[in-house]
Parts: sequence; structure tokens; C-alpha cells
Amino acid sequence: MAASDGKNAERIAARDRAAEFLLRRHRFRWPEALPWLIAIGCFFAFPERMTFGSQVLIMLLFALSLDLILGYAGIVTLGHAAFFGIGAYTVGLGAARLGWSEPISGLIAAALLAALGGFVTGWFLLRYRGLTLLMLTLATAIMLQETGNLRSDISGGYDGLPGLAFSPLFGVFDYDLYGHTNYLYVLAVLAIAFYFVRRIVYSPFGQALTGIRENVRRMHAIGSPVHRRLVTVYTIAAGIAGIAGALFTQTNAYVTLTVFDFDNSAKVMIMLILGGTGRLYGAFVGAVVYMVLEDKLSKLSPTFWQFGIGLMLVLAVLFARRGLLGLIEEAGRLVSRRTKT
Amino acid sequence: MKLVRWLGLAALAAMVGGSAQAQTVKIGVVLPFSGANADLGHQIDKAFDLYVKLHAKDIAPYQVEIVKRDEGPPTGAAAKTVTTELITNDKVQLVTGFVFSPSAIALAPVISQSKVPMVIANAGTAWITNLSPYIVRLSFSMWHPAFPMGAYAFNKIGCKTVAMAYTDFPPGKDSTEAFKTGFEKAGGKIVDSIPLGSPVQVPDFTPFFQKIKDEKPDCMYVFIPSGAHAAGVMKAYGELGMRKAGVKLIGPMDLVPDNKLQDMGDAAIGTIVMGHYAVDLDNAQNKAFNKEWHDAYGPDSYPDFMSAAGWDTMHAIFDTIKKLKGDMGDGMKVVDAMKGWSADGPRGQVMIDPATRDIVEDEHALEVYRKPDGKLGERVLGTTQAVKDECKELKVGRCGS
Amino acid sequence: MPQFANIAVSILFDGLAYAMFLFIVSVGLSVTMGLMGFVNLAHGAFAMAGGYIVVSLTKSLGVGFIPSLVIAAVAVGAVSVVFERGLYRRLYKATDLDQVMLTIGLAFMAIAAATYIYGPIPKSVPLPPWLQGDVNLGFRTFPSYRVFLIVVGAALIAVLWYGFERTNIGAKIRAAVDNRRMAESVGINVDLLFTLTFAVGSGLAALGGALAIQLFGLSPSFAVLYLVLFLIVVAVGGLGSLKGTLLAALVLGIFDTAGKYLFADAGGFFIYAITVAVLLIKPAGFYGRE
Repeated sequence: MAASDGKNAERIAARDRAAEFLLRRHRFRWPEALPWLIAIGCFFAFPERMTFGSQVLIMLLFALSLDLILGYAGIVTLGHAAFFGIGAYTVGLGAARLGWSEPISGLIAAALLAALGGFVTGWFLLRYRGLTLLMLTLATAIMLQETGNLRSDISGGYDGLPGLAFSPLFGVFDYDLYGHTNYLYVLAVLAIAFYFVRRIVYSPFGQALTGIRENVRRMHAIGSPVHRRLVTVYTIAAGIAGIAGALFTQTNAYVTLTVFDFDNSAKVMIMLILGGTGRLYGAFVGAVVYMVLEDKLSKLSPTFWQFGIGLMLVLAVLFARRGLLGLIEEAGRLVSRRTKT
Repeated sequence: MKLVRWLGLAALAAMVGGSAQAQTVKIGVVLPFSGANADLGHQIDKAFDLYVKLHAKDIAPYQVEIVKRDEGPPTGAAAKTVTTELITNDKVQLVTGFVFSPSAIALAPVISQSKVPMVIANAGTAWITNLSPYIVRLSFSMWHPAFPMGAYAFNKIGCKTVAMAYTDFPPGKDSTEAFKTGFEKAGGKIVDSIPLGSPVQVPDFTPFFQKIKDEKPDCMYVFIPSGAHAAGVMKAYGELGMRKAGVKLIGPMDLVPDNKLQDMGDAAIGTIVMGHYAVDLDNAQNKAFNKEWHDAYGPDSYPDFMSAAGWDTMHAIFDTIKKLKGDMGDGMKVVDAMKGWSADGPRGQVMIDPATRDIVEDEHALEVYRKPDGKLGERVLGTTQAVKDECKELKVGRCGS
Repeated sequence: MPQFANIAVSILFDGLAYAMFLFIVSVGLSVTMGLMGFVNLAHGAFAMAGGYIVVSLTKSLGVGFIPSLVIAAVAVGAVSVVFERGLYRRLYKATDLDQVMLTIGLAFMAIAAATYIYGPIPKSVPLPPWLQGDVNLGFRTFPSYRVFLIVVGAALIAVLWYGFERTNIGAKIRAAVDNRRMAESVGINVDLLFTLTFAVGSGLAALGGALAIQLFGLSPSFAVLYLVLFLIVVAVGGLGSLKGTLLAALVLGIFDTAGKYLFADAGGFFIYAITVAVLLIKPAGFYGRE
């Protein structure tokens, strides 16, 4: 009797701990402020690199959107650039053909259109998996690009839409050569988008996604509306990728069909893998490390850069499956274990 | 006493050193050094390096300091970032290079805002020079070789009907539009215009060319990015026996790039192209240029039209430094100094048109033939002198703005 | 020949030659993906390696074209064993994503190495005279090289079919593709089969890559540029199926050629549209298993 009571008590205690963990998970921990402090710090420490900085943040946002579907829902896609492109061209065509120069409304339009694209393609394609899904998503992105080239009279083709003009932010902040306004603008958008992503991830919906990723059969078995959930997250991720694309066009004042390139999809996937999937901040680490390394190393020798990135991928898969962030976490755990004993 | 003398000398040295600093002109070079188009970047970079090495003493006491950056892929974004940083961080007084039109297009607003001149060594979309008053081009626009080829093909080669084939991206469209304008003006008839797929992958040209062969035009005008595509075109043309079937092959000089010509074999013999440069061009400057090139880079390395343009670009920059006595700080002054610049270069006589800031150069009709020593070469059949960019002259499309 | 028939013959012939190239490179990828469940995106790099070996052999060492093809295929096949045993083996149970990332990493390293050794300028290969020019088959002339490609492809198909359907080893491979556990439990050495199949597949890729030089030229980015095509053939054909790869190569090769001939404006649309159409209806491809 006493033994089973003991076991019961243990079980209850474990369950309570689990419940507490789930309830508390979403609260902000202080290390989470770190990336934002660093980002703002860079603004003051490296004012001459803000053009580059904006591009890093945009890639970060793009990688974050991919993490939602790759890291959390476990969907492997090769066509995420399609949504980046839709967002980029919404703003580009709006500015070039319709004279729509207000940036924030352009951003929202881009997000909506990209999300629509995500919804439509997701609804059809997310019934498939594996190589089939890879090929279908890739083909979708390429066909969008080909369509753009077919009507290059509208899209500007590979020479793109030049000289796009955007009105000052809130009618006040204009864009300078040094990219200061752009950097803060992108950072603000990133922060808002991140807040939403974080809420999604820590919500019951986010839990369901993890369930789908880990064991989709069981999710079906417990009656979870898997397809609907997947399409929802795909739509949201597409919308966020669209925002990244829109920011790209706005900060560069230029867009070409190369935004749909497979290279774009591959690059953001590599960043995410290197940083660590399914852990929110993996996108941060991955995008920053990749872009900074590329910037430094390709100045020395582009061939070595390509070799280096290939090598890093191989090493990451073999020894650091959870990416750089995983390594950092491991190190942190080792340190705290040491300090405890 | 000794101390004072040393201090005095030191002060003098510092002053001389300081003013010598002011004599250094900082130039940013933006070319693709990585990726699929790295070979294009290297062709121009080699020409830049060679010119600087051989002529550094000509601009003494001034010096150039060159900062090189990777133009990246033809998306424009990488070029924009690195060039903006060259201007804001490295504080270059001039940027040059630019293989891809999207790079130059993306940068036009930055160039205008910063007032740092952009001297284009390659990018060929015609209306680029209209985008900013600080843009000068030393290379060409697609219209330079293509438009005169139209009239030449009709009048001198006997092409009454022509089928056009082009890689499906802006340079291809521009080139065929230019050819068509010139050709139809002379009285010719275009029977077909076939896009050849994207510039990224070399396609199998056979189905496209088979169709043209079946249409039996007098001539076939082909535009492809020079390099691997050119080799593919020549192979398909040869395999299908098109010359035997009576379809002559014509195009701009991109069709028979000098560094791939030897590999093209018999299929290339008889091809007529219009271009502003060929390794075999018979002028003193070119002979010297080729000799210097082979001395520096070996007997198997060949310059091409990009290298020639790169050479002339650096030449123009150096002459401007001399003219302005090293004072390159005012962008508009630099551009004004370049307007009307003319010189003899490997391409023959070249000039910068003061009205458009674009190049004015001779275009030669070149025929591929087998030289007595067994190698393939190009001989000049005729020359149209001092060709301007007809797109801007005729104000076609975007060139009119 | 009447014009319409002439066009049809052109399309079929050119499409067939193109399909042979696709088949030769993709069959290895299909069988290894079906047999080992391993997504090998470095397959294009093996093809590229074959190409560069042939370039070196013919240009620098003066070896003949045909012998170079054989040497390249065997060499790459042999080296691939090292990769399989040393590296890929560890990831057979890993997720698709891990395999994709590892092999893409390898592909990047291969591209960088090729750029370093051979430079970025595209290469061509000197052909023996009997492969240049054209050959007269009575009713029409055809480019010799493409006839050669079709003949080589047909011969390989015959050999592979025989190997698959009529030999012991072929039977074992088919068994292992069908049901690996079952095959292991009846005593089939599946490990050895993996290595063998992988070696043959990579050797074929190398052969295909070398044959492609005459069609597309060879530059370091070959490894990834045409990878999409091979993946499409494999996906449409169905993993692990010889028949499927052949059918997919034929369909895609001929339709792509027809598209280029008849609707050049549509660009690369055809090949992707067909892919999407087939995969939506039969997600596992023509002869794949669900």
C-alpha cells in the first residue's frame, strides 16, 4: 500500500511540474532580451554597416518564417522563396505601376497577398510529404518565376523594377544613404512579427504543431485536425515571408525576378539548420552567423567561402544536429552542471 | 640641434606624407568574383590589374588605391550593399566594374544621392546611362553591335529573311529588338523570334535550332550570354548541319568569345558577327594589349571584349586623374572631365559621348576563318565607325525617358 | 518528308537523346533513394566529377574519349564507396532534412573544389571525328553524337534490365526495395547491396555527366544546376524503379523538347507543369510505392 501511494505521489508531483512548465513557458526570460539589445547596440557600434545590417535582419525574418513550418510543423519545403517573392513584388509592382509609395500599407498588402498564396498552395500541397512535397513546392516557386518572365513587360523581368520611390515612414522619417532609417524600420517590424510568432509557438496551437511534427499518426488518431493546422501555419509563415520580401524591396528600392530563385530558398534553409530549427532563436543565430561569415569570408576568397559553408553543413548534421543554438544550450547545461556539483 | 633637425625633418616628412595621402585616388571595383559568373569578373579584373600595373607611373605623383568587392549574383541586392559601403565606409571617389545590368540599375539612386561617379565596364542595358547624371559607360549597350548588324546583314551578307533566337532575359530581348529595328529599316523580314530559356542553365539548343532549320531563313541571328552558352550554340549549329542547309549564323560578338573560339571547331567557320573587339583586331594598341596579356597571364589565356572594355575603362579613369590633377573629390567635375574623352585602345578609337555619357566605338563585321597556322581567328570584313547607342538616339522605349 | 512528319521525327529524336541523358544520370539516384531511403543531393556532384575526370583525361593526358568515359565511371563508382561506407551509412536512419543538408553541404564542397582546380570557365571535351558531324539514316540525317547517346542509353537500359530482372543480385535488390526487413531476415546481405547499388548508381551518374558535356558544357555549378532535373525525373518516375525512371525520362525529355520546339515562349514551364500534374495525381510517381 505504501509503495503504490509513493508511486502515485510521484506521478502527481511529476504531472504538477509538467503543468507548471507548460503554464510558465511563455513568460519572458531575461536572456531573451539579449538579441534585441545586441541589435540596438549594433546600430550605435556599427553605424556605417547599417545597409548590411538591414539585409541581415530581413534574412532573419525570412528564416523565422521558415522555422514555423520547418522547425515547428516539420514540413520540408524547397519553395519558400515563392512567398518572399510575392511579398517583394506586391510592393514593387505597387510602387512602380500604381504609385503606391506608402511603406506600411504596402507591407500589410504584401503580407496578405503572400498569405493568400500560402493558403492556396498549402491547401493543395500539404497533403503530400517527402520528395513529392519537395518537388511540388520547388516547381511552384519556379513556375511563379517563369510567369514573371513571361510577362516581363509587367514584372521588368531580370532587369527588374528600378527606381522605386517610397514615401517617408509615417510621413516623417526619410531614407538616408547610410540606411539608418531602414535598419530601425526593419528591426521594429521584426520585433512585432517575432512577438506574434512567439505567441503562436507557445500557444496550444503551437503544441499541436509540435505534436504533428513528432508523431503525425498519433495526432490523427486523437482527432487533431492535422491538415487544417498545417495549412494555417503554412499561411501564417507565408505571410511573414511576404513581409520579409516586402522589406527587401523597400530597403533596396529595387526588385528583380531573382527573388524567386531556388538559391534564396536554399540559403534561408541553410541559415536555419546552422542556427538550429524549432527553437525560435535558431533563426537569429543562423542568419547572423551566416551573413556575417559570408560578408567576411567571401571578401577573402569566394571559393573558400563556398567550401566552408559546405563543410559547416556537413559538420552540423554529423555533430551538431540542433545547430549552433543547440551547441550553446549544451555548453550552458554543461556549465550549470559543473557549477552545481 | 640634432633633435631640432630631426624634428624638422620629421615634420617635413609628415607634411609630404600627408599631402601624398591626398594624391591617392581611392577606387572601388565591383565585379562578380564568385558563383557561376566568376569567369566574367576575372576577365575584367585581369584587365584592370594589368593596366594599373603597366601605367601606374604615368599618373605619378598620383596613385590609385583599389578596393575590390564581390558583385555577387545578378540580383542587384549584393551589389547595392557592397557599393554603398564602398562609398560610405571606404570613402571611394569612384566606383567601377559592374558586369550585370541589375547591379547598375539598383545603384542608380545611391549614385545620384552620393554623387560618386559610376564608371561601367560592362553592364549593357541601353537606358542605364539615363538613370543618373553620374553614370558613365565605357563598354557598350546591346544596341551598339546589334543595330548596325541589322543593316549589314541585309546589305552585305545577303540575309533577306532572318530568324532570331535569344536567351530569355533583358540583354537577349534588347539585342534582338535592336537587330530587328536595324534589319527591318534596311528592308529585311524577320520570320521568327524564339526565346531560348533562362540564362542560368545552358539548354539543349537542338529543338530550337531544328525548328529554325525547318523554317529555312537565310540567316539566324542568335544572342546568348557569352561563355558556356556560346559553345552550346555552336555545337548544335554544327550537329544539325545548318550551314550546309543554307542557314548562315550571325550575331553579336558574344557568339564567338575569344576564349572559347578555339574549342568551337569547324562549325564556327563562316560565322559573321558584329562586334567592337576581337583578339585578332589589327591595330597597334591591340597587338600591344595582347602581348602584355600573354606575358602576364600565359599563352592559353585570352582577353575578350570585356577585358578590352576594362582596359579602356581604367585608361579613361587614369586620364581623368591626370586631367583633374588628382582632385577627384567632386563627382560632377569627374563626370564632366570624362565627357568627350577619347583615345585609341584595343577596340580602336573610342569616345565618351558628352550628351549621353555612353561609349561611341567602331563596330566591325568579323568573320570566323581558319588561319594559316591552323588556329581559328576572326577577320574584319567591314567597319561601321563611331557607332552610338541607337536606342537613345531613336528614343526607343525606356531609352526615351 | 512532309513537314509535319519531319517535325514529329525531330522532336522524338531530340527528345529521346535528351531522355537518355536524364535516364543515365537519374537511374542511380532513383534506385539508391528507393533502396536506401537516402536523399542524396550530392548525386549531381558525382555527375560533375565524372565530367571533369573525362576533361582531364582527354585534354591533359590525351586519353581517348570512350576509354575516358569508362575510366571516369569506374573511378567515381569506386570513390563513392568510400563516401557510402564512411559517411552516408551513419545517416540512413536520419531525417530527410538531415540527409538533404549533409549532401547539399558535400555538393557545395565539390563545387568549390572544382572551381579551385579547374577554374570557373566552362569546359568542353574533344570528340573523336566519328562522333562529330552527322550520320545519314536513309530518310534523314541526324547528329552523330545524339545517335551515340541514344545507342549508349539503349544498351545501358538493356544491361540494367537484365541485371535487375534476370540475375540473383537484381532479385535481391528488388526484394530489399520492396521490404528491407523481410529481405534481411531471409539472409540477404542488405549492407553489401547498398554499397554495390550506390557504387553503380554513382558510376552511372559520372558517365551521364561526362556525356552531358557535349550537350551543356561543364562548369563547377553543374553539380546543382541540373540536380533539379534529376530530382524531377526520380520523383515523377517513382523511387527505386527502373521502369519508372525510364518512363519519366522519356515523358519529360520528349515533352520538354516538344515544348521548346512548339511553344518556345512558354520556357521551362512544360517540365514543371508535367511534374506538378503527375505528382498531384500519383504522389509516388509512375511506379513508386505509397
